[in-house]
Amino acid sequence: MSRAISFIRTFALWDLLKGLNVTGRNFFKKSVTINYPEEKTPQSHRFRGLHALRRYPNGEERCIACKLCEAVCPALAITIESDVSEDGTRRTTRYDIDLFKCIYCGFCEEACPVDAIVETRIHEYHMEAPGENIMTKDKLLAVGDKYDAMISADKAADAPYR
Amino acid sequence: MKGLIPDFALNIWAGLPPMVQYLVGTTTAILIVTVGVILTVAFSTYFERKVIGSMQARVGPNRVGPLGLGQPFADVIKLLIKEIVVPAQSNKFLFIIAPLLTLIPALAAWAVMPLFPGFVIADINAGLLYVLALTSMGVYGVILAGWATNSKYAFLGAMRSAAQIVAYEIAMGFALVGVLMAGGSLNLGDIVEKQSGGFLNWFLIPLFPLFLVYWISGVAETNRAPFDVAEGESEIVAGFHVEYSGVAFAIFFLAEYANMVLISALTAVFFLGGWASPFEGWTFLQGTPLAFIAAPGFHWLFIKIAFFMYSFFWYRATFPRYRYDQIMRLGWKVFIPVTIIWIAVEGVMAWMQVGPWAGLGT
Repeated sequence: MSRAISFIRTFALWDLLKGLNVTGRNFFKKSVTINYPEEKTPQSHRFRGLHALRRYPNGEERCIACKLCEAVCPALAITIESDVSEDGTRRTTRYDIDLFKCIYCGFCEEACPVDAIVETRIHEYHMEAPGENIMTKDKLLAVGDKYDAMISADKAADAPYR
Repeated sequence: MKGLIPDFALNIWAGLPPMVQYLVGTTTAILIVTVGVILTVAFSTYFERKVIGSMQARVGPNRVGPLGLGQPFADVIKLLIKEIVVPAQSNKFLFIIAPLLTLIPALAAWAVMPLFPGFVIADINAGLLYVLALTSMGVYGVILAGWATNSKYAFLGAMRSAAQIVAYEIAMGFALVGVLMAGGSLNLGDIVEKQSGGFLNWFLIPLFPLFLVYWISGVAETNRAPFDVAEGESEIVAGFHVEYSGVAFAIFFLAEYANMVLISALTAVFFLGGWASPFEGWTFLQGTPLAFIAAPGFHWLFIKIAFFMYSFFWYRATFPRYRYDQIMRLGWKVFIPVTIIWIAVEGVMAWMQVGPWAGLGT
């Protein structure tokens, strides 16, 4: 009996029609595609993207060259050299982040006692020549200056949870 | 039409010898049909990507032009400016000629296709035989391409394709015997005429199993999913066209889609009444703007072809590829017995004049 049923089902193309039904129903469903450059998925304010070095509102660098970020960095992506500056404070003379080594874990941001190094939510950046993967101090400060408003807003949004 | 063409042009036309008139007229018709087929092929690649995209919750191409409609042209230009790499150990003449051998039969078969009432390029009485011969010719291109490439993957693809075509050609031919018995003629125009007068007169109803066999064999014949072992990319890279690039590959691509359009059109002509309207006899539509629904014409053939093309893409999005021995089993052990049995059933039923079979073959 079961053989007869299976025979009839085979010749009625039953299993094939069931498969076609699935794809046929999906044909009328809305597509989930995001047309990327024009549309973007929502992003958290905690997104960890490109790094930046921040300044105090009076223009003074926050970084005090404590090297905690260098010590905590699991990928050894940060290189810091420090010296005494003209006004007698301790400052970095070199602050390099190798973006190829960086794993964007955010530990540097957590370790920083003065909120100097942060990871912004910028993720659309690229390099065009060898060596551009090294973010020097000047480049990091420039990113911080350019996106200061966004970084401050993200920090403020995250403050209640800290 | 008379008012559109100036009188002096009509006079020149009338002054030409009949042979020249015939030559010019036929060449124009051939050009229009060929360009139409090629444009259909170009846009069916776009249509395919959109349909499969929709079924997979994607959107498909939408970057080139409005809605991505420029995509086929972008693809063609890309393929045209690429280099044709001819493998060093290959048979160069056959390597170049093979893509053309697959394309030409696919286009030539349109000569006997009745496109709308009273129009067919070559109104020959052995149209069905011509079509059967030409659709089988396409496989020579595939086999020669696989052999001339001198690569084991290409050769495997060609061998698989050859065995598959041999298996399914027989079932296809038997299915057409049923159509021939029902239509009483080998002329495709006559077969369509026989089916006019509403969808109850279509051969689809008395010959339903033959329709299924013909259509599935057609899918197998064009090497489309789920019968695409000839190019099965997961096992033999791209099969017979593994070494082809640039224009040569474009021609293979064109031939595959031209064959799909051809099989769709043939299935429509043999079983769904070609250009005949399914609602013929709905006289209450006459005089209304909807009169075209009841009228036979090219639009009905186009709708039927579009439906079958959609089915091709639907199958590709749905079915996993058949294993090679399953393809052989289906062709030899299922389709051929089914067609032979149904031809016998059809003959007996038509002789006894029962049900939908009454009036067939007269």
